[in-house]
Amino acid sequence: MNDGIIDAKGLVKDFGTTKALRGVTLTIRGGEMVAIAGPSGAGKSTLLYCLSGILQPDWGTVTFAGRRLETLGEADRAALRRREFGFVFQFGQLVSELRAVDNVALPLVIDGVRRVEATHRALDWLERLGAADVARETPDELSGGEVQRVAIARALVTGPRVVFADEPTGALDSIAGDEVMTVLTEHARAQGITLVVVTHEPRVAAYMHREIVVRDGTVASREAVR
Amino acid sequence: MTVAYALLGFLEEETRHGYDLKQAYDALFGAGRPVQFGQIYATLGRLERDGRIRLAAQEPGQGPERKRYEITAEGIDELHRWLSEPEAPEPHLQRTLFAKTVLALTTGRDAGAYLDAQRGAHLERMRELTALKTGADLATALLADFALFHLEADLRWIEQTRGRLDSLRQEVTR
Ligand SMILES: Nc1ncnc2c1ncn2[C@@H]1O[C@H](COP(=O)(O)OP(=O)(O)OP(=O)(O)O)[C@@H](O)[C@H]1O
Ligand SMILES: [Mg+2]
Repeated sequence: MNDGIIDAKGLVKDFGTTKALRGVTLTIRGGEMVAIAGPSGAGKSTLLYCLSGILQPDWGTVTFAGRRLETLGEADRAALRRREFGFVFQFGQLVSELRAVDNVALPLVIDGVRRVEATHRALDWLERLGAADVARETPDELSGGEVQRVAIARALVTGPRVVFADEPTGALDSIAGDEVMTVLTEHARAQGITLVVVTHEPRVAAYMHREIVVRDGTVASREAVR
Repeated sequence: MTVAYALLGFLEEETRHGYDLKQAYDALFGAGRPVQFGQIYATLGRLERDGRIRLAAQEPGQGPERKRYEITAEGIDELHRWLSEPEAPEPHLQRTLFAKTVLALTTGRDAGAYLDAQRGAHLERMRELTALKTGADLATALLADFALFHLEADLRWIEQTRGRLDSLRQEVTR
């Protein structure tokens, strides 16, 4: 099968003597929402970083929309990440000196969009995610749930084709977690964005179409593509 | 219900009397609630009637305690089917999930595959409930949450057990 937007084949990644990935093969289709689950240390984050070109696997290939990531130079991969991918992490992702709106506008500004235009689009996304009232506040003035809404706005503002999220609700209580997952999946669905979410919480995985379970650096079980 | 499958699991290993079966059951699943002899003999009677087990030997004299049973091919099929099938996700499954896991281990089956299948069944139900919550009124959403938190608790137990299968196998098969 080769009709995925992301195709990974035989991914191997070692950190010294630790074998983080021991041969992972998977396909994710365009528009799919996939959870990556599994115990602590199983290799979930490493897999996400390899799929998104943040890390280079020692062995194996990742193909995104027909392009082999390992054939690209670091600059091209960085540009690809900036234009085609969005990222949401558990914490520590916003620039603490910048107001929420400037955080959201940042990837656009880096990509050469004029500041006025970038701010306008950033505000629009904050509003869609229900975070318009915190636009002028800096990250340390925000609640955990607000931080994640801002982070999601920043991930979506560039119009990515894939959003990668690593434990996006890991620092939130269950109500804030539900709200964050609801806005994330709602907008991913509306924009036809492919969503890959690492989580150890079944309630978060239940927002996705299917789950891939990683154990000990390999895919232990996967549900059928639907 | 699980008593019947536990007896099939023990009889798959070797032929046994009701007395041995009670000992084996209490050792694995009794924990403060030993099974009554009456329930063992009644269950054996039903299993025999349904062709899952048959009499292997009858010692001289009367009474159920003189009978030694063996499992039939049908009994093995029935046990195998039960041990490989995930349970429909519903409340109060803990005894059944535990029994399936332990019996899969003591009978040399793949308990990990069973737990993964059960995880899949639970997650599918959680997906339905999550979809139900979208756009629902608060009362509906909270009722769905109630079920979701319980299913999540089951899944945490499933993961905990999945991560300790090797130790559990050693403990229950020694
Ligand atoms: N930069 C690194 N340097 C050294 N070892 C690493 C590094 N990143 C990951 N590892 C190791 O690789 C293995 C897999 O780590 P990874 O972070 O992918 O696991 P995970 O499934 O995301 O775990 P968690 O649920 O705890 O986040 C672990 O043993 C981890 O210690
Ligand atoms: Mg991780």
